[in-house]
Amino acid sequence: MPENKDFKVVNKRVKKIDSLALACGEPMFTDDIDIKDMLYAKILWSPHAHARIKNIDVSKALKINGVKAVITYKDVPRIPHTTAGQGYPEPSPYDTYILDNKVRYVGDRVAAVAAETLQAANEAVRAIEVEYEILPAVFDQLEAMKDKAPIIHDEKDSKNIPDAKRNIAAKFDFEVKNKDWFGEADYVIENTYRIPYFQHCAIEPHTSICYFDPQGRLVIRTSTQVPFHVRRIVAQALNIPVKNIRVIKPRIGGGFGSKQEVLEDIVAALALKTKRPVKLEYSRKEVFISSRTRHPAFMRLKTGVKKDGTITDADMEIVLNTGAYGSHALTVMMCAGSHTIPMYKIKNNIKFSGKSVYTNMPVAGAYRGYGATQGFYGWETQMDIMAEKIGMDPVEFRKKNYIKLGEGSPVFKAMGEGREGVEQVITSIGLDEAIERGLKEIKWYEKKKEYSKWNAVNSHIKKGLGMCCLMQGSGIPEIDMASATIKMNEDGSFNLLMGATDLGTGSDTILAQIAAEVLCVPNTDIIPYSSDTDLTPFDVGAYASSTTFISGNAVRKTAEKVRDMIIEVAAKILDEKKENLYLKDKSVYSKNGKKVSFSEIANTSLYYYNQHQIIASASHIAHTSPPPFSAHFADIEVDTRTGEISVKEYVSCIDCGTAVNPTLAEGQNDGAVVNGISHTLSEGLEFSSNGTPLNANFRRYKIFTTKDIGNIRTILIPTYEPNGPFGAKSVSEIGINGPLPAINNALYNAVGIRLYEAPFTPDKVLRELGKKKNV
Amino acid sequence: MKKKELSLDKDGKFDISFVLNAKELKVKISGDETLLELIRRLGYKGTKKGCDTGDCGSCTVIVNKKATLSCIIPAFLVDGCEVTTIEGIGSISNPHPIQEAFVEAGAVQCGYCVPGMIMSTKALLDENGSPSDEEIKHALDGNLCRCTGYVKQIEAVNIASKKIKK
Repeated sequence: MPENKDFKVVNKRVKKIDSLALACGEPMFTDDIDIKDMLYAKILWSPHAHARIKNIDVSKALKINGVKAVITYKDVPRIPHTTAGQGYPEPSPYDTYILDNKVRYVGDRVAAVAAETLQAANEAVRAIEVEYEILPAVFDQLEAMKDKAPIIHDEKDSKNIPDAKRNIAAKFDFEVKNKDWFGEADYVIENTYRIPYFQHCAIEPHTSICYFDPQGRLVIRTSTQVPFHVRRIVAQALNIPVKNIRVIKPRIGGGFGSKQEVLEDIVAALALKTKRPVKLEYSRKEVFISSRTRHPAFMRLKTGVKKDGTITDADMEIVLNTGAYGSHALTVMMCAGSHTIPMYKIKNNIKFSGKSVYTNMPVAGAYRGYGATQGFYGWETQMDIMAEKIGMDPVEFRKKNYIKLGEGSPVFKAMGEGREGVEQVITSIGLDEAIERGLKEIKWYEKKKEYSKWNAVNSHIKKGLGMCCLMQGSGIPEIDMASATIKMNEDGSFNLLMGATDLGTGSDTILAQIAAEVLCVPNTDIIPYSSDTDLTPFDVGAYASSTTFISGNAVRKTAEKVRDMIIEVAAKILDEKKENLYLKDKSVYSKNGKKVSFSEIANTSLYYYNQHQIIASASHIAHTSPPPFSAHFADIEVDTRTGEISVKEYVSCIDCGTAVNPTLAEGQNDGAVVNGISHTLSEGLEFSSNGTPLNANFRRYKIFTTKDIGNIRTILIPTYEPNGPFGAKSVSEIGINGPLPAINNALYNAVGIRLYEAPFTPDKVLRELGKKKNV
Repeated sequence: MKKKELSLDKDGKFDISFVLNAKELKVKISGDETLLELIRRLGYKGTKKGCDTGDCGSCTVIVNKKATLSCIIPAFLVDGCEVTTIEGIGSISNPHPIQEAFVEAGAVQCGYCVPGMIMSTKALLDENGSPSDEEIKHALDGNLCRCTGYVKQIEAVNIASKKIKK
């Protein structure tokens, strides 16, 4: 049970701090400012999947009226780096150049232009003449590992590619062997699962504006999740000092991982070249093709199970398609195992074999779920298959096997993100309650009976229920670091300066709530300002479900330091011992009833006595990554004439520890779930045989709209995570992992078929129904 | 949108007159300028560009009482029209009940789609003060959001309709 703290601000549904301004259309996003004399950038993208640039002639482009610069690989430093916005040293290979004399996918950078108008920039891009030597290309990750497959990274100067000759961008193997493989299993089940190219579809396109401050330093105002990594990686790629760069993160129009990529190097290069402000705004098509995607996956899962419901062995192989560059190649692949295998106890043997493979396809990167989405699709489908095989209720089978409070897993230590992980045991879990509540909310047992009757008499519309269990992490232990600064103002309000990056998630609000809770003020007395590399302390940024847990702890510690400083001053004013003082309602009270207000304390410290600014900073790294847990339940209908699946009801119960702001926590999960349902039923980039994306727009890459959603419900299951700020764990990513398996299991329940390749489009459903009929 | 002869000046530009957020304006535009480009050029940055192909709804404004995608409307078509953007319905100091409802429901996450969503809601509620959930879903169908899953946004429209009726 939660340690029921009597919270004043935390766990309250306070309004999101920036929401009214956003709802009023205040100019808050990257592109919402007008900068004088700004140039417009456009990029020439490769029309070929794999080619060498034999010759490139920009003379005609330069002659176009208004064109100020055209840059090719000849004009920029050639420094191998990664675009993955990760901590240093990044676990992704250094295989990317600002511009190169080789292109590796349709949509790769060839050259870039800056011009007085967008029209001139577009015209100049069209006027660049390129002679290509077209090279053989490979599009499938399994094909790309074969002998004689074209080598995509044959350049000599790339770094940290484990096996460039076989196009392997990352690999990781791990085995725990206690007994003979599958020796104890009554049944051995093996299946393969495939996931295609999914795109994040943040509604704000990737946008960056570079300009110069009065000292000539480069200012990058950009839609990023990782401002400090942008500063470091742009400095690296352009070979300029970090001190000459300032990165400002305004409000961000969603990221979901796609803005954890450092793509700002090119616009910075154009600004340096022209000495003028330059804006680069991706078109929607460019976002689809040339920003980043989820890693397509091939996964083979072989599991052994005993009749009593014991899982004996798990052999998981995953091969990710990382596309032309290895951004997040190692870490997404490792998380596919590290976030899934510990979910259930595996008695004897565990094996994980992972690879991320280069192909001549769009570049994959971080995407909400980060490998766990790919992994759980297979795992949670296979859990149902195993349960059926041994004749056990799938809910009971999961309850028997899921990781319990105080338990660990060899995987936690063996598999971290890009390196060894950290040993940990589960310190909070509300999965039993989540499952029970979900069963009740969706009326699981009543509907099961009802649907089996319905399906027996209705030939066309079939109904079914499916569920799954999930876990994720809360930040990357012993890698992610966050820090914050708090200073006190005359009226007893506080500025909260932090590197934590609110990209629309509401982290400014929840972090202000955490500070307010410690300092005993309403959250409106905390003025958060996030992510400006000149003004705020460091934070790795918004990824890995880290902000609440890691940045939240940094803010808590900072606020505690400030609290101690406040008490110090109050003790002098009240002539009391510090230990007799406590904070309450914007004042310090002594046990014998004396009181001094925050504003008097602030004014004393600023103007009267022992003058100093009440200000403190603190940093936080975590030694564990407490998983949030969740149980998802899908209630679907399948039209056997059209093959269409519709999700009538979807209930997800989530244990995220203390929800710092329940409304925002629900919103995070609702959004993740609908994104996951949309993945499952309608999304996926399609390509021509030469690797050209065919549906890189919202008309043909279908994401869910209001009309597509059924009854979606998020239920928070409170627990108290002792290592989290006020008991909180992460919430943002876990929800996206559920719909693929939960709907797959519901599909089986409705019509007796399972799909091993997402998305579950009507054609696939009809094909499998046809096969079933013919058997 | 009425028909009218528009005469070009020597730069190939021409004047249009229209009402923007209750202000009468006369502006010089070029023939290929979209309404979205014009609005943003005039400093109204609340109207957003998400796709530029009329598929995401972030650029929704109200033209003569109808929710309209400003990214695919040539600016000259609004000559003589009444155009309302998000800035025209409320402000931080005096928000419209729909804006308040979106805040109260927790329907604003990144907020990029929200101005468009609010304008679609405004057009809906001006026509139908008590929409059903189905009618709300129909009216907001053209407004893509990747953050919220639409759950709290539909709730926001319900809250707004109650607020306006009061």
